[in-house]
Amino acid sequence: MPAVAETRKTVETLGQNTYKWGFETDIEMDIAPKGLNEDTIRLISTRKNEPEWLLEWRLKAYRSWLEMREPTWAKVHHPPIDYQDVHYYAAPRRKPGPRSLEEVDPELLRTYEKLGIPLHEQAMLAGVEVPEGQEARAPVAVDAVFDSVSVATTFRKTLQEAGVIFCPISEAVQEHPELVRRYLGSVVPVTDNFYAALNAAVFTDGSFVFVPKGVRCPMELSTYFRINARNTGQFERTLIVVEDGASVSYLEGCTAPMRDENQLHAAVVELVAMEDASIKYSTVQNWYPGDENGKGGIYNFVTKRGACRGARSKISWTQVETGSAITWKYPSCILQGEGSVGEFYSVAVTNNHQQADTGTKMIHIGRNTRSTIIAKTISAGQSDSTYRGLVRMMPRASGSRNFTQCDSLLIGDRCGAHTVPYIESRNMSARVEHEATTSKISEDQLFYCRQRGLSEEDAVGLIVNGFCKDVLKELPMEFAVEAQKLLQISLEGSVG
Amino acid sequence: MNAIAPVGINAAAFLDRGDVKGNAQRQKAADFLRHAGLPRTGVEAWKYTSLRALADVPFATAPQAVDGGAVDTLLAEVETISGLGAAASRVVFVNGYFDAGRSRLPTGVKISTLAAGTLPDDGIDPAGDVTTALNTVLARDGLELVVPEGVDAGCLMLVSIGMTQEAAAVSFHPRHRIVVETGARLALLDASVGHGQYLHNPLYDIAVAEQGYLSHARIQAEGRQAVHLAVSHARVAAGGVYDSFTLTLGASLSRHEVHAGLTQAGASVHVNGAQLLSGHQHGDLTSVITHAAPDCVSRQTIKNVLSDHARGVFQGKILVERIAQKTDGYQMNQALLLSDGAEIDAKPELEIYADDVKCSHGATVGALDDDQLFYLRSRGIPDAAARSILIRAFLHDVVDQIDDQRLKDSLNLAVEAWWTREIA
Repeated sequence: MPAVAETRKTVETLGQNTYKWGFETDIEMDIAPKGLNEDTIRLISTRKNEPEWLLEWRLKAYRSWLEMREPTWAKVHHPPIDYQDVHYYAAPRRKPGPRSLEEVDPELLRTYEKLGIPLHEQAMLAGVEVPEGQEARAPVAVDAVFDSVSVATTFRKTLQEAGVIFCPISEAVQEHPELVRRYLGSVVPVTDNFYAALNAAVFTDGSFVFVPKGVRCPMELSTYFRINARNTGQFERTLIVVEDGASVSYLEGCTAPMRDENQLHAAVVELVAMEDASIKYSTVQNWYPGDENGKGGIYNFVTKRGACRGARSKISWTQVETGSAITWKYPSCILQGEGSVGEFYSVAVTNNHQQADTGTKMIHIGRNTRSTIIAKTISAGQSDSTYRGLVRMMPRASGSRNFTQCDSLLIGDRCGAHTVPYIESRNMSARVEHEATTSKISEDQLFYCRQRGLSEEDAVGLIVNGFCKDVLKELPMEFAVEAQKLLQISLEGSVG
Repeated sequence: MNAIAPVGINAAAFLDRGDVKGNAQRQKAADFLRHAGLPRTGVEAWKYTSLRALADVPFATAPQAVDGGAVDTLLAEVETISGLGAAASRVVFVNGYFDAGRSRLPTGVKISTLAAGTLPDDGIDPAGDVTTALNTVLARDGLELVVPEGVDAGCLMLVSIGMTQEAAAVSFHPRHRIVVETGARLALLDASVGHGQYLHNPLYDIAVAEQGYLSHARIQAEGRQAVHLAVSHARVAAGGVYDSFTLTLGASLSRHEVHAGLTQAGASVHVNGAQLLSGHQHGDLTSVITHAAPDCVSRQTIKNVLSDHARGVFQGKILVERIAQKTDGYQMNQALLLSDGAEIDAKPELEIYADDVKCSHGATVGALDDDQLFYLRSRGIPDAAARSILIRAFLHDVVDQIDDQRLKDSLNLAVEAWWTREIA
């Protein structure tokens, strides 16, 4: 991915505590008035030309949301959120399809440029017709979500030939309503939790992936998420369905422009893996974390859950969380199919005044199910980082296994690192093993590196990358390199 | 904790009996209970233990006069369980009241009891948790024990006997205070037994001064219909050691909540325990160890052996405050499930605000290891005997953590007695 080169360049030119994606695109937006009520939901549904059942589904979610209260158990603090002070719909104004790049809004192109997207991909993203042949060679398909509307999806044709559907979910609603209706909300029900219900009521877009029986998705699928307009909460909905024996690797990378006001982001991701299917879901989350005084930043309240429905299915979550003022996120696996496998690899870095409460849930339902949790938490500045994870062995989960390892690294004496695992077992033959450690970067390690001529920051970067190695090696190549750089940037100014 | 509990399942049933007038502590505790009620499982600290069972029982204040013959039988039972003979020093409480006739007070220590209706100003937050609040409102008696500076008080037994009269459910809420002064030592064996339906809600206020040493082993062998809600508040000063162990065998529903504070550099605390549960028993060990000073050590090993439909709960938090650099904290909890109906819920928690610390925890849950079983079987040991060896070894490992040899022997005896009665 070209972002790698771009990252490297940015790193070189970076001043301390500068947010590298801190730019804002000024283009014409179609914005709904602030506030949330049934009319807002009807407006979103009408704009999206949605079928009646989806509107009803949204309204049901909204009505149950009204009855729900914000969860308070997480170790995060923020001023109360005024849900009526948010725009629930914002879309770039639609113009009739541009013929060439010259016709595309130059601001939009500049944004892509800063994101490091090559020209032909930019054209794709902007919806310009591109001659065939160019696309087939590129290894990554991108579905860029520019605020609430997927601007375009690249490489669709190559995927189509393989039988893979990869498109904005709003388009899937139009073109594959039977699939969307069957699976939407089947993993995260509308009443699941406060933020998931809110998302179900007002989600504007997101990605839809369907990999049919026996198909190995020919390329890695990728989505750029960007939050752009001021005061628009972003409510993405992603649904990935992988049929028997099929597999897919999905990358989600997130950046957002610098701004002062806190922004709410409540996404929902649902994964469904049937018999022998495999889904690898990788995230690099680098949203605006607020400035060094804790002002601004994104509130990231995300519900991510995967269902291993079929026997021997596998869902693997990998995440590198460096951004957001507040992260509230627990990618989970429901291990229903016999012998199914769930994995969670996570690096969470907090600096300055960031707060992260993140972890996973592994619900073992079927026999001989297995799960692995590797969570690395790094706290610096005055931040607080919490690993919170649940491993539950249900009565029928005979022969199931879990292994969990949580390690925390504290950098400086004004931050906090916390570990809160929940272990629940109701089956005598299931085994759960958990271990956790908390430490700091040892003087010896630092001295060793410094003695060999590394600067203090490089030394810390090296040690931190070593600390996170078990997780970073799970990332696809393109992400892994970028993630390493990201770790270093996130921790800048935290030592010495 | 931060979740707001709905107002009382039935806290009022208890509060009506409280004598809160004119006592600020009792008043504060009563207000807390009236507002929060008995916690529901939506409250994080009570996620795995429901006190719903308490709400439906009309507990009455326990009578002071009870059937003496039955008390003596139970006292003899304690002597058998603990292996400490009739000659040992002991302080006996019956239904929460001090029983002078059955006690044999040791010399060299200061012993008194809480005068009815008064509460010592012990600085414990009456509204910090529901167990403490209940005790604060309803405490009528309790042991006040001071081991003076430099004295080695040897081994002392504290026995609690619970007994219902004419099948009516009763509750008693003794408030014990144990102070080990500078350089002093005490080994305290604390056993609770009883008959019938009752609620035993003791509070332990424990202070270990500089270089003091307190080994405190509890054998909770209450009657099978009883509810046992205990809370310990311990503070350990520089160089002091509080070595505690809770063995949970009895009661239908029990919880022991330990709040241990390491308040000066060089203090150490051990919060160990084992829960051996069968039938439909529910046992909860919850602890919060607060490192509030640098260079302190905490150790915790908790083991659960659960059979039938028993449910074991362990919630252990190690809190390291910003000032507590060079903290050494270790926590281990293991559970053995002996049947498919049994359940373990564990929440080992680290909350750390200092960077130069060594803190770790481990947890394992599962059945007996097949390889270990095979090893023993292949050497000609029958299946039942092999299991017995492995389970007892599992338990021996944790009882072995107790420093004091006398207490260790008592606990091993109690474990063996449980083994013979429940499993073998």
